[in-house]
Amino acid sequence: MAYSEKVVDHFNNPRNMGSFKKEEEGVGTGIVGAPECGDVMKLQIKVQNDTIVDAKFKTFGCGSAIASSSLATEWLKGKTVEEAGKIKNTDIVQELNLPPVKIHCSVLAEDAIKAALADYQKKADTK
Amino acid sequence: MKFPIYLDNHATTPMDPRVLESMLPYFIEKFGNAASRNHAFGWAAEEGVETARKQIAKLIHADAKEIVFTSGATESNNLALKGVVEMYHEKGDHIITSSTEHRAVLDTAKTLEAKRGVKVTYLPVDKFGMVKPEDVRAAITDKTILISVMFANNEIGTINPIKEIGKIAKEKGILFHCDATQGVGKVPVDVQDMGIDLMSFSAHKMYGPKGVGALYVRKKNPRVRIAAQMDGGGHERGMRSGTLPVPLIVGFGKACELCEQEMAADATRLAAMRDRLHTTITNALEEVYLNGHPTERLPHNLNISFAYVEGESLLMGCKEIALSSGSACTSATLEPSYVLRALGVGAELAHSSIRFGLGRFTLDEEVDYAAKKIIETVTKLREMSPLYEMAKEGIDLKTVQWAAH
Repeated sequence: MAYSEKVVDHFNNPRNMGSFKKEEEGVGTGIVGAPECGDVMKLQIKVQNDTIVDAKFKTFGCGSAIASSSLATEWLKGKTVEEAGKIKNTDIVQELNLPPVKIHCSVLAEDAIKAALADYQKKADTK
Repeated sequence: MKFPIYLDNHATTPMDPRVLESMLPYFIEKFGNAASRNHAFGWAAEEGVETARKQIAKLIHADAKEIVFTSGATESNNLALKGVVEMYHEKGDHIITSSTEHRAVLDTAKTLEAKRGVKVTYLPVDKFGMVKPEDVRAAITDKTILISVMFANNEIGTINPIKEIGKIAKEKGILFHCDATQGVGKVPVDVQDMGIDLMSFSAHKMYGPKGVGALYVRKKNPRVRIAAQMDGGGHERGMRSGTLPVPLIVGFGKACELCEQEMAADATRLAAMRDRLHTTITNALEEVYLNGHPTERLPHNLNISFAYVEGESLLMGCKEIALSSGSACTSATLEPSYVLRALGVGAELAHSSIRFGLGRFTLDEEVDYAAKKIIETVTKLREMSPLYEMAKEGIDLKTVQWAAH
């Protein structure tokens, strides 16, 4: 299968690859997927005054899964928490030209964003 | 060194230039139909076919009359299973095969179950992917008409105890079919010594052309009969109708002759190269697992899993090397390799597997480059892997509650 240029670019030059300390203030962590399914994404956001100031990812998965999560971190930076919640998997599919068999990668990225936002909210609420 | 590097010789092999040379006269000068009995064009074609038949038979220790030409191993497997079931259905309705066979055998068996009410036993394999002869013996009933076990597995390279299975089949008077597509031309295969009654193999896996294969059908002790699966001119002793593809058959014959002469030297060279590849990788990386049998395996095969790294992404990182992976993402079904799963390899490691297939034209520097590139890419992808990070933090991944999707 041929990959789109954008997938190849994200795969070769992943944006924002890495980790924040989970317990750090304002950090929300989402881990989705399962090793036996062949993909696990960890997506983290760092929020200050309701705005996502930084985002990081680590992904175990195919090139499209890596590209989807890398793209997600790019998009998250600078968005408010509310705006971030509106990112849809279909936006990722369109941006990366993902073929039908790779749509689940974009779904996973959307789930990871939602999980990171939920974790951030939970931490903020219990403070 | 030329790029891309080809290390996928289980999928297909490049044709040997000497094979191509042998084929060329049969396209334009000697273009006749081998079945044309009354003119020189037919005789020339027939001579080419009969020479090839001898060359092929010699490689597997058969008689030339026992070779039935087909379009390839898939057709041979279909013809063997369906042909035997149709011919011997009054004797019984049970066949025995193994769970790691090629799809051409497994899916044919499934069709026979669904359409002809045949009962099929799919034998499990051990953790190295080997069929146990005692399991074959235990599965035999008075209704068993065929045992079909592959010579060597196309993914993991494990070589089955064919001779022992052949002995059991003979003792019980049951026909024994062997899909030897990956074995013939790579390691010695002897249908007499191994007690094989029917055997499928293909030219393009042994430096011959695509589009031609053979089914060996034993002529005596016992005389095996199969029902043809195509109606037509009654070629190939009535077992497989259709005009013979003479140039392909001539090339197939030449490929067999070359394998007979060079197989031993190729095997020694490739096994050393394969072992060096394996050692270089395991010396540089932790948590690399060999899939398949440590010793009873094809000399040119290496199948390994790299924990915490998904196979397709690894292939993407090594795109200048042609390799294959058991990862679900490389298959249409989104399921990881059923062969690795049958050995009890966990799904996460099945997703992480890479198959290296070396061949006659593989160079030392190509293998060294591949090792270097794999090590670099695995290191990079592990840095990117949340699983590797968790493992490094001391988290046992098996205790994590994953949300399967």
